[in-house]
Amino acid sequence: MSRFFKDVKKYSKYAFYSARSELKSEVASSYLNWLWWVLDPLCFMLIYTFIFGVVFNAKEQYFPIFIFIGLSMWDFFNRMMTNSVKIVKNNKAIVSKVYMPKYVLIFVKMLVNAFKMFISFLIVIGMMVIWKVVPDWNVLYVIPIFIVLFVFSFGCSTILLHFGVFVEDLANVVRIGLRLLFYITGIFYRVGTRIPAPYGELAEKYNPLAFLIASMRDALIYQKTPSRKLLLLWFVVGVIISAIGVRTIYKNENSYVKVI
Amino acid sequence: MGKNLENAIEVRDLCISYKNLKSYSIKKSLLHLKRQKAEVFEAVKHVSYDVKKGEILGIIGKNGSGKSTMLKALAGIFSPDSGTIDLKGHSVSLLSIGVGFQKELSGRENILLSGMLLGFSEEEIREKMPGIIEFAELGKFIDMPVKTYSSGMHSKLAFSITAILETDIMLIDEVLSVGDEKFKKKSYNKMKSLISNEDRTVVIVSHSISTLQELCDQVMWMHDGEIRMLGEPKEVLAAYKEFMK
Repeated sequence: MSRFFKDVKKYSKYAFYSARSELKSEVASSYLNWLWWVLDPLCFMLIYTFIFGVVFNAKEQYFPIFIFIGLSMWDFFNRMMTNSVKIVKNNKAIVSKVYMPKYVLIFVKMLVNAFKMFISFLIVIGMMVIWKVVPDWNVLYVIPIFIVLFVFSFGCSTILLHFGVFVEDLANVVRIGLRLLFYITGIFYRVGTRIPAPYGELAEKYNPLAFLIASMRDALIYQKTPSRKLLLLWFVVGVIISAIGVRTIYKNENSYVKVI
Repeated sequence: MGKNLENAIEVRDLCISYKNLKSYSIKKSLLHLKRQKAEVFEAVKHVSYDVKKGEILGIIGKNGSGKSTMLKALAGIFSPDSGTIDLKGHSVSLLSIGVGFQKELSGRENILLSGMLLGFSEEEIREKMPGIIEFAELGKFIDMPVKTYSSGMHSKLAFSITAILETDIMLIDEVLSVGDEKFKKKSYNKMKSLISNEDRTVVIVSHSISTLQELCDQVMWMHDGEIRMLGEPKEVLAAYKEFMK
């Protein structure tokens, strides 16, 4: 464990710099690229608002913001998972030339994706101004919610990184799993109320993403307090998964290069 | 040279094997997660040697004899399956064809990232950056993405990074023949000047007998993962030449 913190300290500068370069190169390759970080969620928000707001007649208050929060957080998690499966293979050039703890690659991706998510959240704030949503002190829960999201995503990523090296067809399975998770996470509907009882409530409590997204909506636009107990529970679960993942990576990372 | 008696690299009974893990799939790994017996290929078998500080060790051998694997182990990319590698706390860098660049990023950013991974601080790298860029002779290409580089430019940049950001131990894998004639000469001379530094330890893998003859203090001939011969360049290279006929 102490090795983990030492390595994090040692490689954090690299991770920051690498993430910055990656973002910069995305912008540099086309000046309109950064616009896509905004346009992509914005367009999907419009599609979902139309389909579910107009066609299926969804009644959630502030429906576009409701969707946008869900989409931004989901995109973060989704990108993390899909990136992690192939992350060692995609960085073969570096990994096979110099030693680094392999989860540093996840940190880089996390910084990149978190940055994109924060841009999305700037738009959320803009939308809140337009819709005249006035948040109360519950808005402070945004911070612990983000922390839990990061810890939990990191944990899942480390596990996927490890198995992604050895299992060739894992990407396919992950894609299917993510699609299923997408629908039961409630990006465009509220899981707790739309899925018939008792499954809806169970899904919202025990699907961490559904819970985090619902909590974020409560904190930001509905002036409700998220469940502190569940936040703590998912934080602990995230830490445990991360610890297992980091241990597994330390134990096996030297053989990764031999396999890819 | 040869005045230093301190060892920079101590390798004892080193074994490295590749397990054939390629044919994993979800179905198989679900059914026999632990039971699957992997085919084992031993790339390096029970190798022991020392390299003294300031010494140049050349490694020669036919393709697949375990030379590159051993360099990667020295660089810390592989851990040995058994045996030990002791670098006495020296910093180490591996230079080989197609060094790890991020293709989307510019040459300048790649210099910084590679340098950081080699354990240098940002300030040190920025300080040496002009030297690297000059040595690499890339001109305005230094600010273009690495994916636009030709293979020669790629190798030139890689060589320059390792040559200018000097680590205590340099591991060089078949790269003394990069670039055009002029750069070849330049890198050869740079190598020579690096070598004349008594504190720098170098391990070179090469197929070029004349290069090894001229640069090395000691030559190791590897054959099928074992040391066939280790000693004076003249003798070893003569025997190797004889063998390869």
